[in-house]
Amino acid sequence: MKKWTNFFSTIWIGLITHKLRSFLTILGVVIGVASVITLMSIGKGSEQQILNNIQSLGSNLITIRPGASIGFGGIRGGFGGTRTLTTEDADAIAQLPDVTAVSPTNSSSLQLIVGNQNTNAQVNGVNAEYFGINNLTVASGVLFSDTEYQSGAEVAVLGSNVATTLFPNNANPIGQQMRMGMNIVQVTGVLQSKGASFGSADDAIFIPLTTMEQTVAVQRTAQGGHVTGSISLTVSDSSQTQNVIDAVTNLLRNRHLLSASAASDFNIQSVEEIAATLTQTIGTLTLLLGAIAAISLLVGGIGVMNIMLVSVLERTREIGIRKALGARQRDIWSQFLFEASLLTFAGGIIGVFVGWAVSYIVSKVGTFHTLVTADVVFLAVGVSIAIGIFFGFYPAWNASRLNPIEALRSE
Amino acid sequence: MIKFENITKVYPMGKRELTVLKGINIDIKKGELVAIMGPSGSGKSTLLNLMGCLDKPTSGSYLLDDREVSHLSDGELANIRGKEIGFIFQTFNLLSRLTALANVELGMTYAGGVDRKKAIEALTKVGLSERIHHRPIELSGGEQQRVAIARAIVKNPSLFLADEPTGQLDSHSGEEVISILTSLHAEHGITLVLVTHDINIAKHCQRIIQLKDGEILREETL
Repeated sequence: MKKWTNFFSTIWIGLITHKLRSFLTILGVVIGVASVITLMSIGKGSEQQILNNIQSLGSNLITIRPGASIGFGGIRGGFGGTRTLTTEDADAIAQLPDVTAVSPTNSSSLQLIVGNQNTNAQVNGVNAEYFGINNLTVASGVLFSDTEYQSGAEVAVLGSNVATTLFPNNANPIGQQMRMGMNIVQVTGVLQSKGASFGSADDAIFIPLTTMEQTVAVQRTAQGGHVTGSISLTVSDSSQTQNVIDAVTNLLRNRHLLSASAASDFNIQSVEEIAATLTQTIGTLTLLLGAIAAISLLVGGIGVMNIMLVSVLERTREIGIRKALGARQRDIWSQFLFEASLLTFAGGIIGVFVGWAVSYIVSKVGTFHTLVTADVVFLAVGVSIAIGIFFGFYPAWNASRLNPIEALRSE
Repeated sequence: MIKFENITKVYPMGKRELTVLKGINIDIKKGELVAIMGPSGSGKSTLLNLMGCLDKPTSGSYLLDDREVSHLSDGELANIRGKEIGFIFQTFNLLSRLTALANVELGMTYAGGVDRKKAIEALTKVGLSERIHHRPIELSGGEQQRVAIARAIVKNPSLFLADEPTGQLDSHSGEEVISILTSLHAEHGITLVLVTHDINIAKHCQRIIQLKDGEILREETL
C-alpha cells in the first residue's frame, strides 16, 4: 500500500512540476477524444432520429409507387415518371390476405386561401383508411368518414403547420370554409403534429380522393382505370411483409399484363426496408466520422510520445540518480509508462466532458440531433489509456535502458 | 567487505580500446575508512563505480561481503545498490523538484519502503531538522551534501562510497561534511571509501590508496 502511494506520488510530482507541458501533451488526446465523442454523438443521434421518424410512419407500412424498379439494360423509367397505378389496383390489393388497409393517394400542389391568409400546400387525395395506415390522428375535429369518401364530400383535414398558417392567433379552423384552388372545402379536422421529415404530413392537407377526382382532372389509363400517384397499405403482421410484397407484385404484374420477361412498372418498398437501408448508411457515415476523429487521437498519441521522449532526455540525470539509489529497469520503465498513461487517461476524461459539452451545444444550436452513448465514452477513454501505454512504451523502455554512470554524468 | 582480485576495466573507444584499470587488487575490511587518491584520469571514479555496482568489471573477481558480484545481472546489481550501498556524489545529485525530506525518502523507495520517521531522524543526524521542507535550491552547497548523506544513511547500508564529496564546497562546508562522515564512522563503524584530491581530507582516513594510470602506485596506512 505504502509502496503504491509512494509510486503514485512520484508520478504526480513529475506531472505537476511540468503543468504547462503536461497540459499541452494531453491537449492532443483531449481534442481527439472530444471529436470522437462529438462526431459519434451526431452520428448516433441522427440514426436515432431517423429511426424514430420511420417508426412514426408505422413499421408495417408498404408503399407502392409507379415506375420501373432497378433493372439492367434497356430504357428505365424514373420513379413516378410514369402513371401506371390505379385506384382499381388498390381495390384489388385490398382483397389480398394479410393486408389490413389500403389507400391510393394522389397529390397536387394547390393554393389555399382563408380570409386574408394563404399558403401553397400539397393536397393529398386519400381514402378514410389512409390515416390509420400512416398513424395520423386528429388534434381537433374529426377525420373524414368512409361515407364522405364514397360521396365525394368537400371536406379537408389539415396538417398542423398548414392550420397554424391559415388560422393564426389560435383561431379555430374546425367548420371553417377554405378555398382550395378553384373550389371551396370545409375543414373538419386538424392533425396531430408528427414532426417527421419524410414528406411530413404537417405541411399537407388531406381530402377524399373521390373529391379530388371531381375537382382536379384525373388521368385515365388505356384500360380506363383511375390513375393514382401511389398506393400505401399496411400488413397485419410485420413478419408477413415479404409475403405481401410478393403477392402484390404478382397481382400487379397480372393486372398490368406484363410478360414474364418484362420489368415491373411499379416499385414496392416497405418501411422496414427503408429503415434498414438508412440505418446502414448512417452507420457507415458514423464509422467514417469516428475514423476521422480517431486519426486526431492517433496524432495526439504521437504528441504524447514526442513529449515523453523529451521528458526522458531532460530527466536523464534523475534516472541516473534513481538507478544509483537502486531502481531496477522495470521501476524506471513502469514510472514513465504510468506517467504516460495517466496523462492520456486524464486527457481522455477531460475529452469526454469537452465532447459531451460540444455535442450538447451542437444539439441546442445546430440542426443535428446528438446522442452520447456509454459504449462510445468507454471506448474513447479505453483507447486513450491504450494510446498512453502504446506511445509511452518506447520512451519508457529508452529510459529504463540508460546506463546509470552516463546518466549521472549528464547535465 | 570489499575484495578486488585482478580487476580490469576496458572501455571500447571506437576502434581502439581504452584500458582504465589494469589489474587492481584491493582488500577493504568492514569498518575501514579508506581514501583513494590520484591524478585525473588515473581511474579513481571507475574504481568507485565498480565498487558501487554501477558498472561491471571487464575481468577479475569482486567479492562484496563474500559474495561474487562481478557477473550479476543488472537487476541484481540494482538490488545491491538499493540495499547495501550509500552513494555520496561531488555534485550532490539531489532531485531539484523534491524537498530535502522527499529526497531522503527517495533513498528508501528502492530499498524496501519509505519510512518518514526514519527519514526525519536521518536529517536530524546531519543537523538539518529545521530544513526538511526546503528544496535543494533553497539550501547551501554544504547543506545539500548533508541531505545527500542523510539519503545514504537512511537505508543503513553496509558500504558508503563518496566521490569527491567536498569537491564543490568551500573549505568550511567541506570540513563540516568530513566531520559528519568521520563521526558516522566513529559512532556506527561504517565502511567508507572516499575519492579525493585533497590530502587534508585523505588524512582523516585510516588508509590511502594512490592510483596512477590504472594501477595502484602505493598504499599507506596512517
